Amino acid sequence: MTAPEPIHDVGLTVNGISRSASVVARRTLCDFLRHDLALTGTHVGCEHGVCGACTVLLDGEPVRSCLVFAVSVRGHQVTTVEGLGQLDASSDPRSLSPVQRAFRDCHALQCGFCTPGFLTTITAGLVVNPTPTTAEAVEMIAGNLCRCTGYQNIVDAVLRAAELTADPSAPLPDDPADPAHREGR
Amino acid sequence: MKPAPFRWHGPETVSAALDALAEFGSSCKVLAGGQSLIPVLAMRLAEPAHIVDINGIAALDSVVVSGEGVTVGALARHSRVERDLDAQRVQPLLSQGLRLVAHPTIRNRGTTVGSLAHADPSGEMTAVLALTGGSITAGSIRGTRIIRAADFFVGVLESALAPDELALQAFFPALPAGAGSAFVEIARRHGDYALCGVGAIARLATDGEVTSLRCAYLGVSEVPLVLDLTESWSIGMAAEQAMEALDPVTDLHARADYRRHLAGVLTNRAAAAAISNARQAVA
Repeated sequence: MTAPEPIHDVGLTVNGISRSASVVARRTLCDFLRHDLALTGTHVGCEHGVCGACTVLLDGEPVRSCLVFAVSVRGHQVTTVEGLGQLDASSDPRSLSPVQRAFRDCHALQCGFCTPGFLTTITAGLVVNPTPTTAEAVEMIAGNLCRCTGYQNIVDAVLRAAELTADPSAPLPDDPADPAHREGR
Repeated sequence: MKPAPFRWHGPETVSAALDALAEFGSSCKVLAGGQSLIPVLAMRLAEPAHIVDINGIAALDSVVVSGEGVTVGALARHSRVERDLDAQRVQPLLSQGLRLVAHPTIRNRGTTVGSLAHADPSGEMTAVLALTGGSITAGSIRGTRIIRAADFFVGVLESALAPDELALQAFFPALPAGAGSAFVEIARRHGDYALCGVGAIARLATDGEVTSLRCAYLGVSEVPLVLDLTESWSIGMAAEQAMEALDPVTDLHARADYRRHLAGVLTNRAAAAAISNARQAVA
């Protein structure tokens, strides 16, 4: 193409805040979030829709942000992993979202690269199905790849997140750090 | 892994989209859900000079259900069609096939009509349109025409749409009274492209006899293949007839004879499930 590549103004709402940038039309939503809005929590893995690392919530529903052009979603609502919850100044884990807390409780990550995609996917999945069975938890995360964990702890985290969503003070039955657990031994 | 530059057109009305298609014709691709197109662009397997992005045309985001069947607009996402209770009741094969389309996250963005226009022979929706005897309504500045499923799929990733035409909607006729449907497939990984898939529609007489059994195949032919297996089912030879009729290819994922074997096994499974569903419908 000899003519300069056209630039488009893209405005959308990210994590409840109105954001905008001027980008080329081929800018994918994941690159828009990372490069133009400096929201690097969204991770880019395969860039062709296979791995799920870049999953964000578009109007509340999980989508692959590598398979959406930013220009196509002007005016829409996007939630990234940054919008799920942030550890507050006290570092109290209860300031995190239930799904983030569950990942912490169940050791559901190792390197953390895939984690943002899992967190967004599970957050939306639990809205649709707040009480998943183990089989439904497996189905919920079937579109996301993780090369570290072997998935067992992520499935546990889905179930734990459901528990925490229903009751934010639900105890972790076999947490050695939990005083109740030590007394029980 | 970044798409090549293109000129983006974001029409907000169908007529503006058709004007853009008329102007740029064969140097243009239509972007709806993009779940197949954007990977193709990212891998630079295609470098269209123009993209007509129909995501801003709210009028195309529709699912209309009547006693006649289900009409799906060009911007209706798979997930919306899948969840539509009226659509499930009128033509259950739609949701039975849709739940096998990739993963829920892909179905949230991908569109049913886009999947048909993409004409991938491993796409579930192509088989569903063919088996239900549905059609595509195509529009251009020259006018509107209805293309029957049997004429719509021309080859691998090739539909009967002209370069200036936009697939406006797909029509899936209702499941006839006393009929049942089912869709089964086998993929190497959950949510991945199926090595073989079979959709079935069975009709029963009031005495329970199978009066019609038709199956559609994906992943084993260049265009969705529909077979009438009524006769062979009655003598217990439906799987054999299907395996005889198919000419699958060997590729990285499976050998031709394995695919043929799967087609036979899945024919029996899909037929049994469709007949069982028909019995429930009749009861």
